[in-house]
Amino acid sequence: MRTKLTGIAAALLASSMLVSAASAETVRWARASDALTLDPHAQNQGVTHTFNHHIYETLLIRDLEGNLIPRLATEWYLKEGDDTVWVFELREGVTFHNGNEFTAEDVVFSLDRARSDTSNMRQLHADVAEVRAVDDYTVEVQMNGPSPLYPNNVTNTFMMDKDWSEENDVVAVQDFGAGEDNYAVRNTNGTGPYELVSREVDVESVLEYYEGWWGETPEVTEIIYLPIAENATRVAALLSGEVDIVQDVPVQDVERLSSSEGFKIETGPENRTIYFGYKMTDEPLASSNITDANPFADTRVLEAMSLAVDRNAIQQVVMRGQSIPTCVNVPPFVNGWTEELDACPETDLDRARELMAEAGYADGFSVTLDTPNDRYVNDEAIAQAVVGMLGQIGIDVTLVSRPIAQHSPIILNNETDFYLLGWGVPTFDSAYNFNDLVHTKGEEYGTYNIGLYSNPELDEKIVQLGTMTDLEARDALIAEIWATVQEDHVFLPVHNQVLAYAMRDDITLPVHPENQPSMTSVTFE
Amino acid sequence: MLAFILRRLGQSVLVMLVVALIAFIMFRYVGDPIASMVGQEASSADREALRQQLGLNDPFYEQFFRFITNALQGQFGISYRLQQPVTELILSRLPATIELAFTSALLALVFGVGFGVFAALRPKTISTAAIMTGSLIGVSLPTFLIGIALIYVFAVELQWLPSFGRGQTVQIGWWRTGLLTESGLRSLILPAITLSLFQMTLIMRLVRAEMLEVLRTDYIKFAKARGLSSRAINFGHALKNTLVPVITITGLQLGSVIAFAIITETVFQWPGVGSLFINSVAVVDVPVMAAYLMFIAFVFVVINLTVDILYYVVDPRLRVSGPARGH
Repeated sequence: MRTKLTGIAAALLASSMLVSAASAETVRWARASDALTLDPHAQNQGVTHTFNHHIYETLLIRDLEGNLIPRLATEWYLKEGDDTVWVFELREGVTFHNGNEFTAEDVVFSLDRARSDTSNMRQLHADVAEVRAVDDYTVEVQMNGPSPLYPNNVTNTFMMDKDWSEENDVVAVQDFGAGEDNYAVRNTNGTGPYELVSREVDVESVLEYYEGWWGETPEVTEIIYLPIAENATRVAALLSGEVDIVQDVPVQDVERLSSSEGFKIETGPENRTIYFGYKMTDEPLASSNITDANPFADTRVLEAMSLAVDRNAIQQVVMRGQSIPTCVNVPPFVNGWTEELDACPETDLDRARELMAEAGYADGFSVTLDTPNDRYVNDEAIAQAVVGMLGQIGIDVTLVSRPIAQHSPIILNNETDFYLLGWGVPTFDSAYNFNDLVHTKGEEYGTYNIGLYSNPELDEKIVQLGTMTDLEARDALIAEIWATVQEDHVFLPVHNQVLAYAMRDDITLPVHPENQPSMTSVTFE
Repeated sequence: MLAFILRRLGQSVLVMLVVALIAFIMFRYVGDPIASMVGQEASSADREALRQQLGLNDPFYEQFFRFITNALQGQFGISYRLQQPVTELILSRLPATIELAFTSALLALVFGVGFGVFAALRPKTISTAAIMTGSLIGVSLPTFLIGIALIYVFAVELQWLPSFGRGQTVQIGWWRTGLLTESGLRSLILPAITLSLFQMTLIMRLVRAEMLEVLRTDYIKFAKARGLSSRAINFGHALKNTLVPVITITGLQLGSVIAFAIITETVFQWPGVGSLFINSVAVVDVPVMAAYLMFIAFVFVVINLTVDILYYVVDPRLRVSGPARGH
């Protein structure tokens, strides 16, 4: 009798397990840090966006190849006869988690909120003059002038419910000067595939599938999001079976994890280039022994440096294979990238020394290099490797390494002679780089033009790019600008970063180029 | 007595002010909070506007004065990183740190005294040699390494205990405790051992040294001569007399256990105030950093004040010197 009962119990248990395996899957997803806020417009930061993409949705989104695809907007086009107006046609039958219908007035509200003064997303909508609803499912965005690439800017701007926001007094985004926190920082009401069940900052957040979601039901129906700051602990948690997916895998563990039984690694290129830059003004460098001229103002020196940096060695030794060497500082998904720009000349120390001698620096010179040490993959080690390589052509580099919080003010205030930086292109268009990195530094342009490179002719072309609607002519102009930038050696690019996600080997989470994977894309074996 | 306490209180306030001042001077060198608050797209003008809004352009003394006036009203502002009120953040993280700190202090005290007494009573045995060598490892290995090693052995290889977090917790009023669930207790074991090792070895060595000292004194010899049992001598007389300095040290060390829980908390992703502080340092979240440093200073000040007052009560010599000066 007893064995019979146990048998039945076991069978019941087995069947219930089978059912749950087919209909409900929980994924425990670990990252190095937590989302900063749930308020969709309060922070413009990758980790926060990645998390919020599960709760809130955008008009458009990027697929795994980086192409724009429909999400809450099904179609988008320039209004006929007026190239300053973008029209978005909205998906019908979409509801927010509280049951409210998603309509054009929510889009108008959300875009207005995203471009308000306290929003951190407003820079992406700087060219918007007005947003208006034409009917319940059509929205027109009136731009200040022709803005052919505006749809690129909306992939992280989330749609909120107007009524809910008014009810809960979150029409405005969190104001840091205020003494209280905003309701939207901790509460959500999106249209996304998952609803927030519970959240303890820096500890755990639980999301559950939203039955009313318009898309195809994902395999993952529950997400447990676990921030684990320490690299070794995060990897240990995967190895001990306490988490299923680790998104931020330290480079040194990639090989070990891929050879460990029961685990696998998914890798893919990230939209981020690591490069060196230098002060290019005529004044002598503050940190150099050459006090009457700036060696970096001489293109021959810059070319010599590029020839001396062995990018393949950095890839193999410093990055353990986890990088893609490049000689242009945009990754391949970005409009304007070409194979010719990307290709690097062979490392040639003899030629590099010749160029140094021609420029009058046969005996070399000294300079200080500033690098962050907690921002990019192996950032400090890359800088160390380059110090050695430049030493071979007589450039005596002193390395100063700081956390990014201290590195940022130094580079943004142009207090560096030689620096390392990483750059991603969220709009997937070269103009983004030209605006911020190449254009002469000013109020709106050239924020990250740290070397103070200035070429008025290029500036004109860059400004022109912003309003060109003839895409073919525009691409030609982009190529032209790149040619000058490369010729002037404005940057010394090293490589594009590679992303690695580690997971249980019966799960697959494909790598997203912006490092914004969705748990809806997870498949089980 | 009252004058003594008032004087001590006055000194405590001064200490807190000095800590606040030093903290504020340091904040100028830890980096720029703006860089981590705005996205890559933010223009120089936008950054400047936010800096102005946060009052970061004001002169140093103005910022300091504003901080002190707000702090006196219990206001520490909004965290730059998490956009939540700082006081609330710290209070919600405090139970985790306190539970961890007290558990480790208890572990350290029990095992430290036990091993210390054993080592003093049986100085020439192999076990004592082993304990003394082990204690050397305890003091010399960094906490970080001990934590990682424990995780590797007990979480990854043996899979007995969880490698991170606090397990399930139960909310009692505003206090969130992990002591009432099985997973909570299991999660506590590794971090508590890691955090207690240093204190444990410290207490053990202190007890051993004191005990050896006391065992040589005359009254122990007389006690032996009176024919008392060795248990009564060792525990009734010797240990009792070694415990005064041990309790003082343990009390004072409790402050450092809370303060130095930072590393243990980071390694084990323990959601206490220490890991909150570390996360804040990385992005220069000044309001949280300032509040945390004030909190730690407060803990030390309170513990020292209590110890001072207890001494005053316990030690007659302190009491005599007070009125004596009046004559």
